[in-house]
Amino acid sequence: MANNNKSGSGFFGKLVHNQIIIPLAALLLLIVFNLIFDPSFFVITPKTNSAGNPVLSGYLITILDYGSELAILAIGMTLVTAASGGQDISVGATIAICGSALLRVLCGTNSRPETLQAPIIVGFLVACVVGMMCGAFNGILVAYFKIQPMVATLILFTAGRSIAAWINNNELPIVPDPKFAYFGGFIPGIPVPAPVFIAVVCIIVIFLVLKFTTLGLYTQAVGINPSSSRLNGLNPELVKFISFVILGLCVAVAALIKTSRLSTINYSVIAKDIEMDAILAVALGGNPLGGGKFNMWASIIGAYVIQFLTTTLYKFKVSSDALSAYKAVVVIVLVVFSAPTVREFIGSFFKKHSAKKGVA
Amino acid sequence: MKTKKRNISDTTLLLTITIVVFFAMYIGAMIFQGKGFLKLQTFFNILNANAALILMACGLTLVMIIGSIDISVGGVAALVSMCCAVYLDRNVLNPGENLTPGNVFVSMLIALGIGLAYGLVQGYLIAYLDIQPFIVSLAGMFFARGMTTIVHTNPFNVENPAFNELKEPVRVYFLGTVNKKGNLVPAKIEIGVFVALLIVLVLFFVLRYSKLGRSFYAVGGNKTSALMLGINVKKTKFLAHLMCGILAGIGGYVYFLHVGSGAASHASGAEMNAIASSIIGGTMLTGGVGNIIGTLFGVLSLATIQSIVSSAGFDQAWWTGITVAAMLCLFLVVQSIVIARKKKSLKKQA
Repeated sequence: MANNNKSGSGFFGKLVHNQIIIPLAALLLLIVFNLIFDPSFFVITPKTNSAGNPVLSGYLITILDYGSELAILAIGMTLVTAASGGQDISVGATIAICGSALLRVLCGTNSRPETLQAPIIVGFLVACVVGMMCGAFNGILVAYFKIQPMVATLILFTAGRSIAAWINNNELPIVPDPKFAYFGGFIPGIPVPAPVFIAVVCIIVIFLVLKFTTLGLYTQAVGINPSSSRLNGLNPELVKFISFVILGLCVAVAALIKTSRLSTINYSVIAKDIEMDAILAVALGGNPLGGGKFNMWASIIGAYVIQFLTTTLYKFKVSSDALSAYKAVVVIVLVVFSAPTVREFIGSFFKKHSAKKGVA
Repeated sequence: MKTKKRNISDTTLLLTITIVVFFAMYIGAMIFQGKGFLKLQTFFNILNANAALILMACGLTLVMIIGSIDISVGGVAALVSMCCAVYLDRNVLNPGENLTPGNVFVSMLIALGIGLAYGLVQGYLIAYLDIQPFIVSLAGMFFARGMTTIVHTNPFNVENPAFNELKEPVRVYFLGTVNKKGNLVPAKIEIGVFVALLIVLVLFFVLRYSKLGRSFYAVGGNKTSALMLGINVKKTKFLAHLMCGILAGIGGYVYFLHVGSGAASHASGAEMNAIASSIIGGTMLTGGVGNIIGTLFGVLSLATIQSIVSSAGFDQAWWTGITVAAMLCLFLVVQSIVIARKKKSLKKQA
């Protein structure tokens, strides 16, 4: 079926069948929409922020800035989706846990310390370990106990924010050191937000890993058919487990950025609904949500497109609570168009059309 | 034939575990916490507070039996409460105009309509377009929550005489207890509880004896063989989701009756509690195994452990979340062990 289409419709067909076209088309749509309604959306102005640093500001910078966490999460989510055929819905709650652990290390038992109780790097490493442990917990349930990923991660989704509150005894510590705010804000002298650099580093790392190791190949093999990959000498359980641990690491990095933005944490609000956005990014990237093949570039572009959509909606004065309704409509439209039945229908429709042309 | 027999014994095993756990917990609470749990009214209070959850969990049990899932029920409940609240108390949207309050009967129809619409749309997307149920209902949940805030942002209490009358708990004299003064104190049970128990009863017979109920189990157990038996798999899936949607609508109304207000944060986490109680009640996520009576006991176990936790002095909000998650985790692992054992024994037979 897919082969027929590919050979049948030439350049257009090739373009349509390249996965990356889906997020790019969505991006183009959003850009055109904004150009028509308000071209000032694309203006970037140099400003000085409250700390006296020269910074760039504008909606595009906001998108790059706030899209960073999402892009980092999308990396891990893509791997988990490809390997296990399900999604991790606990990422928001796990960000709360990692952030809470990070602040606990930095601030110690006192929630209003005068100085940092531990170097930032130690706190970050602890957060990474906590994130990987959460990932490992999900991974064990999914890979070894064979529980559906979304249900297994439901456990941390339910308990995560409670655990995060429990780690800090329900206090909201404030980090006293202004250096901590660099990770989520601006480094003095550099006009581009720091999260952008963190996201770029993560993206480079994952591409080096995918290029020089067999992780990508193994993940896809396990996602397409666990039994046959086992017969080929892979360990499907281990591959699934590793994909969840990598997501845990991504979550820890995202938690660093999220907590650094405010230098504090709010357990019930931090990274709220981010799991939806991360899954949406993977879906928008055209990756099959049932596992198997994946395209990392498409997911990352997808993440920025989601942020583009969010920023656009905010600009049109949609309240943050109502935002989810609009996004849900986008998800439904996306999944309906990527559903096999609908695709087949559209495919056969185009085929009929071109066949008619051939006859004429 | 053999596998069928095996399935039934799984159901009974998981059901027995649940019922034993519930009674053990309740009796434990009576012994160690005393006082409150010894009163019959405490039990009725648990029922009153969880009637809506029973209805939602029943819907989830149905979709889980066919091997699917629906996490939009909490969102639907919030949307139903908000829409009904705005309809019944029209002065909230138009302050100062003093409009006549809405009709209670029509508000019930609104609730049913929302549930029906959810069931139809989600059922169609899941059954006929083959989209992953989790993604569809996740979007459904976010849509419902978003719509709730669009309908009305701030929480408010409903002022409607007819509704407030309906909201009052029914006094049941024959279940009443005699207090210290020797007077008979009637048991206070809300209407929602009767609705919930009636629906549990109906669903129990539907699942056990009707053709539709049996086809649910067949589809959940093995789609291919169900298809070969001549069951319309897509239609069965669609009907299960439709029923779940309607139950979510009714559950939402019962929830609304219990709280008597509209708010965007209503029933938050209800989907997780509903899934957890279905799983605790012995419904398997893999489909084909499940029991409505188990679900009822699942809800009761969950509610009991929550009230034990809160009355034991761990009243900080986080303990509830952690205990629910811990219980869910425990029962998931038990299930997975049961499945693994079953597979092994099947292999031995082969």
